[in-house]
Amino acid sequence: MIAVEHLSVSQGAFALRDVTFSVPTATYAVLMGRTGTGKTTLLEAIAGLRPLHEGRVLLSGRDITREKPAGRGIGYVPQDGALFGTMTVRDNLGFSLEVRHCPRNFITARVDELSELLGIRPLLGRLAQGLSGGEAQRVALGRALAFHPSVLLLDEPLSALDEETRTEMVALLKSVREHARVTVLHVSHRISDAERLADLVFVLRDGAVQVQP
Amino acid sequence: MSNGRYRGAWKTCSPFSSVTTSKDLPQPSPLKLRSDWPFFIGLSVLSAVYVLLILAMLAADLTFTTPHHLMAALRSPDIQFSIRLSLLSCSLTTILSLCVAVPIGYLMSRFPFPGKKLVDAILDIPIVLPPLVIGLSLLILFQTPPGKAIERILPFTYAVPGVVLAQFAVACAFAVRTMLVTFDQISPRREHVALTLGCNRSGAFWRIALPEARRGLLTAATLAWARSLGEFGPILIFSGATRMRTEVLPTTVFLELSVGNIEAAVAVSLLMIVAALFVLTIARTFGLRAPLERVL
Repeated sequence: MIAVEHLSVSQGAFALRDVTFSVPTATYAVLMGRTGTGKTTLLEAIAGLRPLHEGRVLLSGRDITREKPAGRGIGYVPQDGALFGTMTVRDNLGFSLEVRHCPRNFITARVDELSELLGIRPLLGRLAQGLSGGEAQRVALGRALAFHPSVLLLDEPLSALDEETRTEMVALLKSVREHARVTVLHVSHRISDAERLADLVFVLRDGAVQVQP
Repeated sequence: MSNGRYRGAWKTCSPFSSVTTSKDLPQPSPLKLRSDWPFFIGLSVLSAVYVLLILAMLAADLTFTTPHHLMAALRSPDIQFSIRLSLLSCSLTTILSLCVAVPIGYLMSRFPFPGKKLVDAILDIPIVLPPLVIGLSLLILFQTPPGKAIERILPFTYAVPGVVLAQFAVACAFAVRTMLVTFDQISPRREHVALTLGCNRSGAFWRIALPEARRGLLTAATLAWARSLGEFGPILIFSGATRMRTEVLPTTVFLELSVGNIEAAVAVSLLMIVAALFVLTIARTFGLRAPLERVL
């Protein structure tokens, strides 16, 4: 479960004030909002990449407000994927496990499992910087899932994709939801994403988050 | 006049009837298209003047010397020492410059801190200061009590370490500027993702930022090496021009010229030109072009 309580955070001249909402465990929540309303800032604050002025972030009841990003156990997929361009797809997928000094055979098994789930097995040996938008999003998703996070934050994962790839990604995200049993907070500005994926829809408007009935 | 009739009708029905529109004014004459040739010719002539000057200087050096002079220069023990010291000092300076430029570039690019603008300006001082002033400043620095204390452990003034320090004082500024531009061009988002995946700041730097900056590193290294090779003023003031002791290639050119041996001076200059072109080729082929252009 993700719980955000009275969170205030600013980014330049723009600020979110007193934001409160929660996402129950294993729920797929979509946070809607127009461009520039602070959706990405909110995700970054939950991931620990942006300091909070006020408020708390709780994960399954544990206060992680002061934790470093590495200690939060949150999988984060930024809008552009932000793949590690100097590494292969295999190394991107296994990165979080390698950082945790997991045994080589464990990393190989997990990378194989993820590449199968995401349909990117043929890409494993390729450098990440030459991938298409859809391929990059799959790899970024796999990289975030590799260490079995309890929470997944997705920043507009479908926004830069063509319609066909978008449909494939939606099917993939549904499949991830079923297999990974992970709590997802997916940020989007398209109502169609919420209709196709969400168990729960939030709307970020004028700096406040409201539940969409 | 039909135009006046139209204008009157428009004014009656328009909510903006008091506004003068462009239709009310005399119409401009039709656009007369002019040729682009004078512009391109102007650009080309002015560019060609400078490119030709560079090529003419190189050609003049090449035609002034002969393979015989070049071989004679290469056989001279003084010049052999000068080549060895230049290669050694430039390589050491490059390594030291990278060791300093990478952390400064990363710190300045990624983290806000009080006085950052002032530090940024200070880092440019060695680039804008006259080289002789840098040499003189180093000389005076090592006359202060802390400088003398260092000298007792490792002599710098009029010694080989001084050659490296004089080169470093200038070359490092160029390496810093290159690394700063390099890290500015790399999005910090990948490092942020690495933090969420389990890295600490240091891990994100070593595993993500530094491999991403490899082309900038190469450019910074080649630039620092090339700047060190050509450094003369600070070395002359701080380390002197003693043969077989603190003599680097620019010092050799100066010493040979001062005794009227122009052939040897030109031969050594040619060696430096070849080395500079070699470094420039490496930087252009494998390094980042943008930082090199901005720094130069």
